[in-house]
Amino acid sequence: MADIRNNFVGIKSPNPFWLASAPPTDKAYNVMRAFRAGWGGVVWKTLGEEGPPVVNVNGPRYGAIWGADRRLLGLNNIELITDRDLQVNLREIKQVKMDWPDRAIVVSLMVPCEEHAWKAILPVVEETGADGIELNFGCPHGMSERGMGSAVGQVPEYIEMVVRWCKANTRMPVITKLTPNITDIRKPARAALAGGTDAVSLINTINSITGVNLDSFAPEPTIDGKGSHGGYCGPAVKPIAMNMVAEIARDPETHGLPISGIGGITTWRDAAEFMALGAGNVQVCTAAMTYGFKIVQEMIAGLENWMDEKGHASLDDIVGRATPNVTDWQYLNLNYVAKAHIDQEACIKCGRCYIACEDTSHQAITSMVDGKRHFEVIEAECVGCNLCVNVCPVENCITMEPLAAGVIDQRTGRPVSPVYANWTTHPNNPMAKVAAE
Amino acid sequence: MATGHFKQGIAGGRLSPEQYADNFSDLHPPLDHHEALVESDRCYFCYDAPCMNACPTSIDIPLFIRQISTGNPIGAAKTIFDQNILGGMCARVCPTETLCEEVCVREVAEGKPVQIGRLQRYATDVAMAENRQFYPRAAATGKTIAVVGAGPAGLAAAHRLARHGHDVTILEARPKAGGLNEYGIAAYKSIDNFAQAEVEYVTSIGGIDIQNGKALGRDYQLSDLTRNYDAVFLGMGLGGVNALRADGEDAQGVTNAVEFIAELRQASDFASLPVGRRVVVIGGGMTAIDAAVQSKLLGAEEVTICYRRGQEHMNASEFEQDLAAANGVIIRHWLQPKRVIAEGGKVSGIELEYTAMEGDKLVGTGERLTLTADQVFKAIGQSFVPAALNGSGALLALEAGRIKVDAEGRTSLPNVWAGGDCIFGGDDLTVSAVAQGRDAAESIHRALTSNGRA
Repeated sequence: MADIRNNFVGIKSPNPFWLASAPPTDKAYNVMRAFRAGWGGVVWKTLGEEGPPVVNVNGPRYGAIWGADRRLLGLNNIELITDRDLQVNLREIKQVKMDWPDRAIVVSLMVPCEEHAWKAILPVVEETGADGIELNFGCPHGMSERGMGSAVGQVPEYIEMVVRWCKANTRMPVITKLTPNITDIRKPARAALAGGTDAVSLINTINSITGVNLDSFAPEPTIDGKGSHGGYCGPAVKPIAMNMVAEIARDPETHGLPISGIGGITTWRDAAEFMALGAGNVQVCTAAMTYGFKIVQEMIAGLENWMDEKGHASLDDIVGRATPNVTDWQYLNLNYVAKAHIDQEACIKCGRCYIACEDTSHQAITSMVDGKRHFEVIEAECVGCNLCVNVCPVENCITMEPLAAGVIDQRTGRPVSPVYANWTTHPNNPMAKVAAE
Repeated sequence: MATGHFKQGIAGGRLSPEQYADNFSDLHPPLDHHEALVESDRCYFCYDAPCMNACPTSIDIPLFIRQISTGNPIGAAKTIFDQNILGGMCARVCPTETLCEEVCVREVAEGKPVQIGRLQRYATDVAMAENRQFYPRAAATGKTIAVVGAGPAGLAAAHRLARHGHDVTILEARPKAGGLNEYGIAAYKSIDNFAQAEVEYVTSIGGIDIQNGKALGRDYQLSDLTRNYDAVFLGMGLGGVNALRADGEDAQGVTNAVEFIAELRQASDFASLPVGRRVVVIGGGMTAIDAAVQSKLLGAEEVTICYRRGQEHMNASEFEQDLAAANGVIIRHWLQPKRVIAEGGKVSGIELEYTAMEGDKLVGTGERLTLTADQVFKAIGQSFVPAALNGSGALLALEAGRIKVDAEGRTSLPNVWAGGDCIFGGDDLTVSAVAQGRDAAESIHRALTSNGRA
């Protein structure tokens, strides 16, 4: 049986599935329900400094987009950090950690960008027995208008400064949570590392408007006729998050920096993909907010089953395994040739591959053969773009089949070369180097 | 159970009022808004969609379903009505399981087609509830057209002609318009007087005058129409019922299934409708199923369909056969009627002979079976009665007993078109009649306006 116990920067948990700092981790009641359901850890919803707590809007906090059958694909929120009293939160954190010593409890923090503010909060958090802290430099709405959250995360110098203050003032591991609302994610990661962070977590939510009410002409979620951009998350953001995780994992300057992966993780498969790209564990929010805490049971069982099937004994066997395969476009093998292939047995003849290829791509699929409705790839036209695979409603009906070296590519009339050759040496490249990289 | 359930002979009042109401409620209840959205999400928006090609009226099904899914049921209704102005009734009575839904790619993939018929009903119901009229009439052309028969073919033709600015007079023999929609389908397929509501909806375009009680050959002749109108469209139904060719079929209790079905649709009180305790239906088509199921729903204790060939030869769709079975109707195959047994002039049973195929030929095996019955329904097909046409000067060409037309619906007589059940080559479906009426109207319009230009 695969061992899925997780050790993330010294924080141990029975599995790599943590709940991200968000409404599901705002109080003991929810966190204990999560632990009973099987979650390995939580990042407690962000605490602010001592004093009157923040207030939230009293109307809708969430907006969403949906796929077929109203399956939630993306969620956004305009909720702020915890609106509960700091002392109440601290008491509850301490009690829950005592009651659930085998689970990870990391506390998310966001206080003003002043050293005394951080110095004030760190000891009281440490006193709870929490396993670590996560610096919320990501929240893109509300708090950022007050110079916190993503307002810090968008300035690498601030990140480095605050991380340094924290490392100097606590023995707890520091995880720096990054905002994706930035051009190059590597810059804030490098800054966090320079400040001495133990890890980064990403992504926080993305600035977004999920909809516009076409009767009131107001963005959604709408508060008394107005709306504000909120933080977007859920399955729709997963590809963006995975790219950012990979960028940090493969950046020579941050390579090896522990990453807690966040962004649309809904199933064991999503988690495994993040971990393969370099995440040491994962954090989940939207999936739990959509389906409840029970989903972790599918994640645990699914991950274990896959690892058993593939012979991966522990998480160390999978973390970062895909990172070396993420490269720049210029290093992709231009001599690799693949062609789409349609399994006629599996084909239900919807014709979507045909019309997608015919209208928008390379006219490489038939719609009619010998007077019969028949969809088949015309290899002489197929550039191997994969669009047909992506629009086909039947899984594995259309597959991309690589051509073996020496086989004639019907489109070019030339044999497939066995030699790896990329753009850097391509004759059409005016910047071509003399030899390959 | 009401006390009348086991009354001998042909009797009404077999069930309680609640049972009647329940038995004759909507066969396919309408989809509500949520159900319509869930179902419309299942459509793949196929290229050159097989469903659309299977539809005799070529409704753009993927488009209308997509319009439902994006919250535009009114647009969906227009997409449907563009091709089929009787889309509301067709949504209810089309044998979708042998047309659009049979070829739905999700039928191929999962054995569960998108419920196209019910989605079509959803969209058309929304539009009709709001009485949304999509088609303004073109400027008046001054041309007049006579349409014989206010059934699906006649109504579709009339609507299309009215759209083009022509004035239409529909001459209908029966007291109400609608044809088989009004008189010929099972009551549970069209509740709440839908056929009349649809006639109202279709004719509210204006320029269509329906005159009821006007029968061709009795009240006027075809030559009157060709003389008095610029064009004529013949859209009559099938007036004749095929005989059993069994001895004693004039006994009391031998009933035409089509008349029974028509009476049922017109009844205001199901309890007043008499039905046998033990009913035998002879036939294998939709009419046989409709008569059998409704007999059962009226409280008959035992209903048996006898069909002279095998299950695979039945004209009734598999869905209809299952519907009959689910309602407790017994379907027996390879049996042909030989003799109606009567006591005191009333049916008491029917003697049948087993049949078998000998090569391509159906033959009786000689073995006989007698079923007890107090009512026997004839449902072995209807035929066109051309006698009504014969009052015209020139004779209309027929083929296999029905009116011969070309691809545009033109008959052998100038300025006379035809469509629906009365023409040769049709498939006796409402939706095909609509297509023929619509296409003939376009042909008439082209003929009257020099290729569409008024």
